Amino acid sequence: MNALEIKNLRKTYSNGFEALKGVNLQIKQGDFFALLGPNGAGKSTIIGISCSLINKTSGNVIIHGHDLHKKPRQAKQHLGVVPQEFNFNVFEPIEEILVNQAGYYGIERQEAFKRAEIYLKQLELWDKRREMARNLSGGMKRRLMIARALMHHPKILILDEPTAGVDIEIRRTMWAFLQKLNQTGTTIILTTHYLEEAEQLCKNIAIIDQGNIIKDCTMNNLLSELEHECLVLNLKTSLKTVPQLEAYPASLIDEKTLEVQIKKNDSLNTLFQILTKLEIEVLSMRNKSNRLEQLFLDLVKKEHHVQQQGSSTGIVNVFKR
Amino acid sequence: MYLKDNFTAYKTIVIKEILRFSRIWIQTIIPPAVTMGLYFVIFGQLIGSQLNDIDNYSYMDYIVPGLIIMSIITNSYSNVVSSFYSTKFHHHIEELLISPIANFTILAGYVSGGVARGLIVGVVVTLVSLFFTRIEIHSFAVTLLIAVLTATLFSLAGLINAIFAKSFDDISIVPTFVLTPLTYLGGVFYSIEMLPEFWQNISLFNPVLYMVNGFRMGMLGVSDASLLTAIMIIIGFILMLGSICLWLLHKGIGIKK
Ligand SMILES: Nc1ncnc2c1ncn2[C@@H]1O[C@H](COP(=O)(O)OP(=O)(O)OP(=O)(O)O)[C@@H](O)[C@H]1O
Ligand SMILES: [Mg+2]
Repeated sequence: MNALEIKNLRKTYSNGFEALKGVNLQIKQGDFFALLGPNGAGKSTIIGISCSLINKTSGNVIIHGHDLHKKPRQAKQHLGVVPQEFNFNVFEPIEEILVNQAGYYGIERQEAFKRAEIYLKQLELWDKRREMARNLSGGMKRRLMIARALMHHPKILILDEPTAGVDIEIRRTMWAFLQKLNQTGTTIILTTHYLEEAEQLCKNIAIIDQGNIIKDCTMNNLLSELEHECLVLNLKTSLKTVPQLEAYPASLIDEKTLEVQIKKNDSLNTLFQILTKLEIEVLSMRNKSNRLEQLFLDLVKKEHHVQQQGSSTGIVNVFKR
Repeated sequence: MYLKDNFTAYKTIVIKEILRFSRIWIQTIIPPAVTMGLYFVIFGQLIGSQLNDIDNYSYMDYIVPGLIIMSIITNSYSNVVSSFYSTKFHHHIEELLISPIANFTILAGYVSGGVARGLIVGVVVTLVSLFFTRIEIHSFAVTLLIAVLTATLFSLAGLINAIFAKSFDDISIVPTFVLTPLTYLGGVFYSIEMLPEFWQNISLFNPVLYMVNGFRMGMLGVSDASLLTAIMIIIGFILMLGSICLWLLHKGIGIKK
C-alpha cells in the first residue's frame, strides 16, 4: 500500500493563479522521499492540500488508503506535518503546545506529558519546556514543530524545509534523528533546497516546477543521469595558457585555478597522468558545484525552455486565427 | 473511540482557553469589575438615590442584574472573538485543521471557553455589587440558566465575527456599533414601561431585551417579558448561530486558502 498517493491534483488560488497543474505522485510506505523544486514551484501547496490547510481545486489525496476528502478523520490520523512557516502560539509554553496538539488527536493529558518529555529530550529542548515559544531561537522553533508533529505517532511525517535556518551541527543531528525515525517504519517526505541533504537521506525524489512534476525517480537513477562533472583544481605554479589535456576540456579561471570537465565514466587517474606529464602540480581539488545541483538546474532550465517554446507557438496560433 | 477522542480534544480546547484568559487576567477579569464598580457608584448610588423605585426595587437593585448580564455578554463575546481571531492571525489554527478533530468539537470548545469567561466575570461583578447592595436571589436556577444560555449565544456570535474578521479592527466594530447599543437599549438601565408605546414596541424586537429581563426575572423576580418567551428566543438564536458556525467551519470560510 502507498503511504501517500496524489492523483491529478490541481490548485488554482483565489487570485486566479494556477499553482498545481495536475500532479501525480505515489510514495511508498517506509520511503524517505524528497520533493524538490525552485521557489514558487508548488511544493508547499501540495503539502498544504495533503494536510487539509488548503482547499484543492480538483484531484485526490489518499493517505494510507483513506481518501482525505471522503474519510478525513482516518486519513488525518496518519499524518504529521512540520510546515514551512512557524505556526504555533508564541505566547504558550512549549510543553503546553505539545500537550495540546496531542489532545486534538484524542490523547489524554497524562500520556501527552510523557510523550512530550520523550520528544523534548530527543530534540534537545527539555531545558526550555516552560519557556514561551517566542523565546526560542529559529532552529529551536523548527525542532519544536518536529516534536509537535510526532506527538500522535504518525505513520507519515511531512517536513517542509525542516533544515532552513538550522546550523550545521543541528542539521546533522536532525538528519540522524529523521533517519532513525525512518528505520523504525515512519514514511518521511521532505522538501529542501539543500540537494546534498536530499542526496544523503532520500531513496526517492520528485522534482516539481511551475506546478508540474518534471522528474519522479529513485535517487540512484537521478545520479546516474549525471553526464559530466566539473572539477576545480588549485595549482602550485602559475599557468599562462590553457593546457591541452587531451579528451578533457579545460579552462583557466585565473593563473592558478584550472577547471576541468570529466565524463561520468572517465577515470581520474588518466587525468592526473596527463597533468603529471605536463608537470602541472595540483595542490587541491573540489567539485565546482554539488553535482546534483547542476543536474537540477539543467532539468529546470530545460523545462522552462520547453514551456517558453510552447507558449510562444500558442501566441502565434492565436494570431493566425 | 470517536466520541472519546473528541471529548479529550474538547477538554484540551477548554483548558487551553481558560488558561489563556487566566494568564492575562489583568486584561480580562479586572477591567469589567472596575467598570461595573463605577456604574454601581455613579448610576446606582449617586443618581439612583434621586430616582423612584422600579417594580418595587430601588434603582440600584434594579440595575444590578442588568449590569451583570451586560458584562457576561461583552466578556463571552470578546473572549471568543479575540481568541479565535488571534488563532487565525498567528496561524496556530492550523494545529486544529490538520488534526482529526470534528468541527463540532472545535465549536463546543471555543464556546465553552467564552461561557467560562462570561460566568467568571459575572461572578466577579456580582461580588463587586455586594459592596453596594444585598440582593436576595429570587431563583438561582433561572439566573444560572439565563446566564449560561446568554453566554453561549454571544460566544457563538463572537466566533462568527472572528471567522469573518480580516483585521484587528474588524473584531471591535461589531461590539462597538451593534452589541453596546443593543445592550444599553435592552433595558439594562430602565424598564421599557417607562418608554412611549411606540418605542416599547420597537424595543421588543431587540433580542438583548429578553436576556436582560430573563436574568432580572431570575435575580429579582420582575421582568418586562415572559420568562418562557425569553428562553425560547435565546435558544432559537443559539440554534441559528450554532448552525451558521458549523457551516462556516465546514466550508473553511476565512480559515482555509
Ligand atoms: N494564498 C495564495 N494565493 C495566491 N497564490 C499563492 C498563494 N500561496 C501560494 N501562491 C503561489 O503559488 C505558487 C506555489 O507556491 P508554493 O508556496 O507552493 O511554492 P513552494 O514550492 O513551496 O516554494 P518555496 O520553495 O519558495 O517554499 C507560487 O507562485 C505562489 O506565489
Ligand atoms: Mg514552500
